[in-house]
Amino acid sequence: MHVIFSLLAVIVLIAIAYAGVAGAGMTYLFGVVIPYAAVITFFLGLILKVLKWGRSAVPFNIPTTCGQQKSLPWIKPNSVDNPTSTGGVLARMFFEVLTMRSLFRNTKLDYRVAHGQPVIRQGSEKFLWLFAILFHYSFLVVLLWHLRFFMEPVPKLVGVIEALDGFFEFGLPQLLLSGVILVAMAGALLDRRLRMPNIRYISLTSDYFPLFLIMGIGITGILMRYLLRVDITAIKELTMSLAVMKPVIPQAPIDPLFYAHIFLVSVLFAYFPFSKLMHMPGVFMSPTRNLTTNSREVRHVNPWNYPVKTHTYDEYEEDFRDLMIEAGLPVEHNPAEEAAAAEGGGEAAEAEPEAPEEKKE
Amino acid sequence: MANPTPKPEQIAAVDHKPPAADWMDTKPEFKPGMFLYAVRKESLEGVGQPNPRDWNPTDADWKLPADWKGIVREGIKERLQRFRSFQIFMDICVRCGACADKCHFFIGSGDPKNMPVLRAELLRSIYRGEFKVAGKILGKLAGGRKLTEEVIKEWFYYYFQCTECRRCSVYCPYGIDTAEITIMAREILNLLGCQIDWVGTPVNNCFHTGNHLGLKPHTYKENVEYLLDDIEEYSGVRINPSFNRKGAELLFITPSGDVFADPGIFTFMGYLMLFDHIGLDYTWSTYASEGGNFGFFTSHEMMKRLNAKMYAEAKRLGVKWILGGECGHMWRVITQYMDTMNGPADFLEVPVSPITGTRFQNSASTKMVHISEFTADLIHNNKLKLDPSRNDHLRVTFHDSCNPARGMGMLEEPRYILNNVCNNFFEMPPQTIRENTFCCGGGAGLNAGENMEMRFRGGLPRMNAVQYVKDRHGVNMLACVCAVDRAVFPAHLEYWVPGVKNCGVTELVANALVMDGEIPRQYNLRGEEVNDLREEVDLPPIQWPEEEEGGEPSEEGGE
Ligand code: SF4
Ligand code: SF4
Repeated sequence: MHVIFSLLAVIVLIAIAYAGVAGAGMTYLFGVVIPYAAVITFFLGLILKVLKWGRSAVPFNIPTTCGQQKSLPWIKPNSVDNPTSTGGVLARMFFEVLTMRSLFRNTKLDYRVAHGQPVIRQGSEKFLWLFAILFHYSFLVVLLWHLRFFMEPVPKLVGVIEALDGFFEFGLPQLLLSGVILVAMAGALLDRRLRMPNIRYISLTSDYFPLFLIMGIGITGILMRYLLRVDITAIKELTMSLAVMKPVIPQAPIDPLFYAHIFLVSVLFAYFPFSKLMHMPGVFMSPTRNLTTNSREVRHVNPWNYPVKTHTYDEYEEDFRDLMIEAGLPVEHNPAEEAAAAEGGGEAAEAEPEAPEEKKE
Repeated sequence: MANPTPKPEQIAAVDHKPPAADWMDTKPEFKPGMFLYAVRKESLEGVGQPNPRDWNPTDADWKLPADWKGIVREGIKERLQRFRSFQIFMDICVRCGACADKCHFFIGSGDPKNMPVLRAELLRSIYRGEFKVAGKILGKLAGGRKLTEEVIKEWFYYYFQCTECRRCSVYCPYGIDTAEITIMAREILNLLGCQIDWVGTPVNNCFHTGNHLGLKPHTYKENVEYLLDDIEEYSGVRINPSFNRKGAELLFITPSGDVFADPGIFTFMGYLMLFDHIGLDYTWSTYASEGGNFGFFTSHEMMKRLNAKMYAEAKRLGVKWILGGECGHMWRVITQYMDTMNGPADFLEVPVSPITGTRFQNSASTKMVHISEFTADLIHNNKLKLDPSRNDHLRVTFHDSCNPARGMGMLEEPRYILNNVCNNFFEMPPQTIRENTFCCGGGAGLNAGENMEMRFRGGLPRMNAVQYVKDRHGVNMLACVCAVDRAVFPAHLEYWVPGVKNCGVTELVANALVMDGEIPRQYNLRGEEVNDLREEVDLPPIQWPEEEEGGEPSEEGGE
């Protein structure tokens, strides 16, 4: 159900764009209004969500330590996976975000039973990491590459990226690998979700939908560039006009496929702040990763720490004073020694220790 | 045992394939051995917790408070604002499944809701269904569902089948810590009075008597005295520790389980001998006689209420700083919570070892040092007379307890100690130790007696790694620095890896310790004859000196 629904949703979105543009001629709506609305929703939604997260307190210092602590001077600490300094945290976040270090740790359960005895191993599993890292980096390259549509002159960096990206110079226009990898990796992640029974079991519509959406974006983009050869000049005229906030729909007709492409992109942008895609800003704010681990050395302050009812020593001694005196334990208040001595003999009844193990039987 | 626990072969036949039915359409079966008993009424009343009543998880009616839905909604809302961890972890999981097969309970049970990601979704789906527009309107399509009594039962079942070990958090690309979600869920359940007895009753005991076991002051002291008799019997040295003594330099706090139950008591004896050996000026407290903190397993507030005793007692006694014993969650609380909740402890001094002069800068603010840090420093400075060959009959491996590993990072200190007090030390496979360590299967209040099947399942991955080193290196001793481990492992080992025993690191230290005025150490701290143990592993017997008399138990205790 989750899969079919997501796929259908993307197909319907494409159909809407086609119908709107080719059928009803609503080029302004799909070329200008919706993209603007989507971008505004994206930034506003993102900022509001991050602010909301920021307003939520960090009462305790709860990093997950993944390496040796800094304790005695002759024991080498792991300053990245157990960072006591800000520099260490930055290094940890750097590796987390740019190399997906935690995902690189991934293992695969290998569970067998041999002669009635379980044999459990944690095998190596790097595919998820590989798919994920290729997916994200190719996405980034594609995004940067698209800057050429919104800038004049085209920045040098974009040129360099394109040159690298089009390393395999076949076809005309030059094939850009990033787009192909992006679609392929979205496909690989989808395949994984469908084929691994447990991953399929945990997957929701909101897991399939962005994958189909991104595949839709990638495929429409690739089709435009290599098969339909849409009018690039007209497109750039439109995108530049969007970028400088003076939107005009160019005279020369643009293929509806283009409108489908930017409609899907718009949906992705608008959907982003309300979805799991928020893991992008979220990873920077995760308290198990972005805090220093020196809470024994430097006190972490909880903004809402409130006083609680405790059982004080005085209350405790009040409850047990006689027993304590009898057992020779020092007390704060010893009611007249002689009185205690006189009474002591009579109170010899031993209080039974509560048997804590009783439930185990 | 009350419940017929399945045989190891039966438990081992785990199927990790999920069922056909969607997880939102399945509900847990409360099967004996797989769930925990409800907290007794008096225990909740004793510490003023909501909705005390007599109930049972197998009842149809859980007697929830009238406005229970409102309470849960408010409870979630409040925690989203108070804990960024909770808010973010609710929002950003991508269900990549990297955490899925990392949980010992999933590995040992195959129950898909024991995959950390689904454990979290049990709550996340309510968050979406009750708080998110899309979830409210689209329901299941947006991953949301409605709050029903069935959900509360499911939470109780699965959030009390998570040991808050944080192994899942290590592998998550965003550090999502399902333990943190379990902590929130348990707080919310606690608002409805849905607590387990093995947490609620120790909490009540600890609050009133100072320790989980409910040992009253004189009993605590008596128990220690029995141990002193044993020490004298096996080593010939009579030790006279002090209790509640003002003006001592240090206060020592350790879990109460170790003063009471085998094999923790041998670790406890180890502390007594170690401190005597180095002439430490320290005292025990009967008021702060619990290092552990089961409050942590019910709510942040309860954790704070119980933990407050440590600093309060240190202040009352006027000690300079606190030394803490071997315990797992105790050290997570000390490392990541204590100073924040109950500090600043400005009445204490930055810890300096009175024996070596080492300044423990890493605990400059909490003013509390771990016994393994302390001992490693002693050994490094040659302050202990050690004869590691006394442990030659042991082939030792080390279990990293979850909390010292993933909530602190104390990995090398205990290994350094072990390598100095015994000659045969072997590591378990790298994917099962250090930050990757597998839980004992009984942490976070799950080491009760009624859930043995759950425990054996959860303990399986750890036990399987022990089996691995037993098969390859003949390992016969599993050392650890955790009192819950010591309560849990004996049963788990007997069930999964018979022939391997369990001990605390300090027990092995004390066995190797050459005490002043000792008699020939023919017996270890367990009262077992060393030559018998050597014979079991084909080592030649030790020739004890002729004029031995240490074997005679001294009849009188400490008069
Ligand atoms: S590893 Fe993290 S993001 Fe992936 S499913 Fe588990 S909790 Fe979610
Ligand atoms: S904290 Fe441990 S027990 Fe809980 S879900 Fe994660 S791995 Fe499982």
